[in-house]
Parts: sequence; structure tokens; C-alpha cells
Amino acid sequence: MDDLIIAGEKFSSRLIMGTGGAPSLEVLDQALAASGTELTTVAMRRLDPSARGSVLDVLRGRGIKVLPNTAGCFTAGEAVLTARLAREALGTNWVKLEVIADERTLLPDPIETFDAAERLVADGFVVLPYIGDDPALARRLEQAGCAAVMPLGAPIGSGLGIRNPHNIELIVEAAGVPVILDAGIGTASDAALAMELGCDAVLLATAVTRAQRPDLMAAAMRGAVQAGRLARQAGRIPRRRYAEASSPMTP
Amino acid sequence: MRVTINGSPREVPDGTTVAQAVRILTTATTGVAVALNDEVVTRGSWDTTALGDSDRVEVLTAVQGG
Repeated sequence: MDDLIIAGEKFSSRLIMGTGGAPSLEVLDQALAASGTELTTVAMRRLDPSARGSVLDVLRGRGIKVLPNTAGCFTAGEAVLTARLAREALGTNWVKLEVIADERTLLPDPIETFDAAERLVADGFVVLPYIGDDPALARRLEQAGCAAVMPLGAPIGSGLGIRNPHNIELIVEAAGVPVILDAGIGTASDAALAMELGCDAVLLATAVTRAQRPDLMAAAMRGAVQAGRLARQAGRIPRRRYAEASSPMTP
Repeated sequence: MRVTINGSPREVPDGTTVAQAVRILTTATTGVAVALNDEVVTRGSWDTTALGDSDRVEVLTAVQGG
């Protein structure tokens, strides 16, 4: 499979993993290994002195690049501070920008997200914003200097798949930066569809970490992303209303 | 003086530095970042930044998420 390039950095895997929802660090470690991912998100939270082990040790052990997110932020100001703390703690200027509008839907707030993106780009961050499936907003964020755009397929953790494939296609058609389908993936066919629609990568967590067999689902996602990418590059046949014989019709 | 560290009120001696506040919670110095009243304190400044009365200190690290 061809490399994914974000902000000049190459990745041979087009599957970006999240780490939320895994029952233990051991299960997470096995799932990440099976996924083949090279880029994985973490959240920033208050240090818990009683916590045992660290997700950072798991990522380091697997040689996976860490992508801090701003999960839990409701305003641009909170997100900018969280990104700066992540840069300080983790030594990376990459950030998955996530500013949510409310706790019930966890849908991204476009106004706060755009505000934060402008401020973080100006501060030298490589910004990957999580957004709704809005082609206009995706274009504006690219113009603002974001290194990728990350439209959702469906709400976080919902497993509803890609609810508006048409909008994802519109985002892909117009984008000059990588499009990473983020959130909503429920199973392997959803991830394959994202790639068939032309997305450059898929980010998922819950579909793997809360599967009954996380390592098995991670392997399924890895295969699905590869298959979807190859199918996109191969170019699918047009849909037809009626049959078209594949064997000669004359004896 | 009274400060707040990760949301919990604490009584600390006058002149307590950010570095000393962090050590109350952890001996780790990597993978950790500090905000003092919503401003980042870079690691190189922990030893030289003294807390004031009513200051709010946040000590953050990476956890599973996203």
C-alpha cells in the first residue's frame, strides 16, 4: 500500500488508532500490535498518583508516534491550553483538535474548533481538526493551515458507520490535505467504505477496544483499510440498473 | 499559604515552587506538564517559579483516550 503523508511525515499504515475504552493496557497493547498502526491518540488529564502503568509506555514499546488530542474541551481557550500542555508533556507539536459542543452528542463545535485551529496554527502546531461532515468547514480549515481534516462518520462511540457518504466524497474531492475519517466506525466494512470513498486514513478506537475480541477486530480493521485503499486506487465499476453479461451471449 | 493542586486545596509553605508542587503528586518529570493559573509553565522554569496564595496548579499527563 502507498504511504500516507501528513505534514511531510510518512506512515505506511493508514489506520490511526485511539486508545480510549480498552479494558486494560495489556489488551490495548495487543490490539495496537494487531492493527499495525503507526500513529495513535492519547488524551491529557490530571495526573493520578495511584495510576499503574502508562499508555505512553505502551506506545513507546511499540514504536508508535503519539498524537495528543484535546478531548473534553468545550472552548477554543481550553483546547489551546490543552494542546500547549500536551506539547510540553509529550514533546510533539502535533495535535488532534477536538472541541465538543455538548456531552450528549459529543458533536464537534465548528466555531470553537475553527477559532482554536487558527490560534494553534499560528503557534506552530500541526493541527488535525475533528469536524462534522461539512465540506465548507473542511475547506476553511485547510485554508487556515491545518495539516489534515478529520470529518466524522457518525457520533463518537456510536458505531453507526458513515451516515453521509456523499458529504465525505465532497470533502475528499475538494481537499488538498489528507482526509481522515474519524468517529462512528462500527465494524470493518465501515472502515473499508471510508477508504473506498477516497479518505486517506481512518481513525477509530471504540470499534476495536470495546469489541469482544479487540485484537481480532484490530486485525480486521487493518485488512479493511488496506482493501478499501486498493479498491479506491483500482477504480470501481459503475453501478448499472440492469445486468451486463460477463460471458459471451452468442453460442 | 493555600493553593489548589489538581482541584484539591492544599496548605503549602511560602516559597513553594512548581517543582515542589509536582513532587507532591509524582516523582516523574517526563510525560508531565504543568499549568499555573491556566498558563503553561515550561519544565525549565519549574524550579524557579514560586507559587502565590490562591494559585491554581494543574499537573497533567497522557491517559487513554480518543
